[in-house]
Amino acid sequence: MADSPKDRRYTKEHEWVRLDRGEAIIGITDFAQDQLGDLVYFDLPEPGAQVRQHAKLGEVESVKAVSEIYAPISGEVIEVNQQVTDSPEVVNKDPFGEGWLLKVKPADASEMDSLLSPEDYDALVTIAGEQH
Amino acid sequence: MVPFAGWEMPLQFSGIIDEHNAVRQLAGVFDVSHMGRLLLTGRDAPALLRRALTYNICKMGEWQAHYAVMCQEDGGIIDDVFLYRLDGGRFLLVDNASNADVDREHIAGLIEPGMDVVIEDVQLRTGMVAIQGRQATPLLAETVTGAPVEEMPRHGCMEFDLLGSKAFIAQSGYTGEEGYEIVMDATRAHALWEGLLAARVKPCGLGARDTLRLEAALPLYGNDIDRTTNPLEAGLAWAVDLDEESFVGREALLRVREESVRRRLVCLKALDKGVMRPHCSVLRDGEAVGTVTSGSFSPTLGVSIGLAYVPPPLAVVGTPLAVDVRGRSLAVEVVKRPFYKRS
Repeated sequence: MADSPKDRRYTKEHEWVRLDRGEAIIGITDFAQDQLGDLVYFDLPEPGAQVRQHAKLGEVESVKAVSEIYAPISGEVIEVNQQVTDSPEVVNKDPFGEGWLLKVKPADASEMDSLLSPEDYDALVTIAGEQH
Repeated sequence: MVPFAGWEMPLQFSGIIDEHNAVRQLAGVFDVSHMGRLLLTGRDAPALLRRALTYNICKMGEWQAHYAVMCQEDGGIIDDVFLYRLDGGRFLLVDNASNADVDREHIAGLIEPGMDVVIEDVQLRTGMVAIQGRQATPLLAETVTGAPVEEMPRHGCMEFDLLGSKAFIAQSGYTGEEGYEIVMDATRAHALWEGLLAARVKPCGLGARDTLRLEAALPLYGNDIDRTTNPLEAGLAWAVDLDEESFVGREALLRVREESVRRRLVCLKALDKGVMRPHCSVLRDGEAVGTVTSGSFSPTLGVSIGLAYVPPPLAVVGTPLAVDVRGRSLAVEVVKRPFYKRS
């Protein structure tokens, strides 16, 4: 049974977003990193780029496969986590903390309301985990 | 677990990179029981194998092992195999799980009237375990009492008593590291596996098997070689004896050699971040000149590596090329084969 942090919202594609002093911090979930396995590269937009909710945000390469990352919220990228681009394995170790991917200035914070609650997300990955 | 040629196979245990590094530094163990295993006996077994395989098995002494290719008439590769010559005119042929049925039919189809050959499929009554790694020899000697690791010649094989039953051990593998493969009674395989794990030999899955063999530039059937490729362009000429007698595909391969190959399988190393994958196009000045057949991330080199077929003029070490990774151009370079060679 997954126990995702309660201070954020989730997507069906296994991204999370947390609001912190008007900034949206974005990452991928523990379930996502576990399914992908050893992560080796992140391809993320540069600061200044505009991202749109549910549109492709970037890509993550693991040893075994590539996956797309989708933006959980719309806005302008203000910071990319250099630690992640330098050492992607930090996302394997701490996907909800040190392994955040980027910070976005939200265009419309109410978009958060359309995302999954921690409880709904945990229910989703519990089913996905059983099917796997 | 992932489905693989009708078997349920573990993709990973502790993680691909962790397992990969364990083999490069200490030792790992792979359950390779899915691989095909045929035992050939009878007076004409050597003649039949000589007809089926590109490597002249008559050169092999007893208790020797060699890699070989099985071709169709046009030189296309039906499978690549490891052949072990035991004593008493017995041969063990280990082939790819996905081709085992086709291979058996192909070989049986080459038996001529009056030939004395018996082909026995021993896959299901035996298990097969590969112990691979820099420390494979001492760890195996420590774990398996009576394992003849010290006296075994390079690329040799032997029989020995394992847990009260006769087992077969060979110095071979698919990782570019020193190692052994053991074929034993299926009921004993689990005990061997548990014994190795207790000695802290790391259990490894298909994922690490793929990154390890790729660093060693060992071709994978279905990716790098198949019926549309021939062993000469795949860089397997060392396993092909064109000079003597006849095997299926020899005439076609002689013509290939005469006219020189149209493409060559080369080693590509990424010069930038990004991972090349199978089916990506290889580019030269923006023009597609070939295709990646295997591509992944190399834990040892810390960059992406791959195998690709390119025209011979570009198959020169140092040639700068690019790989189209989903619309992005990844700069790569042709490098010496293999990527990794044990010291």
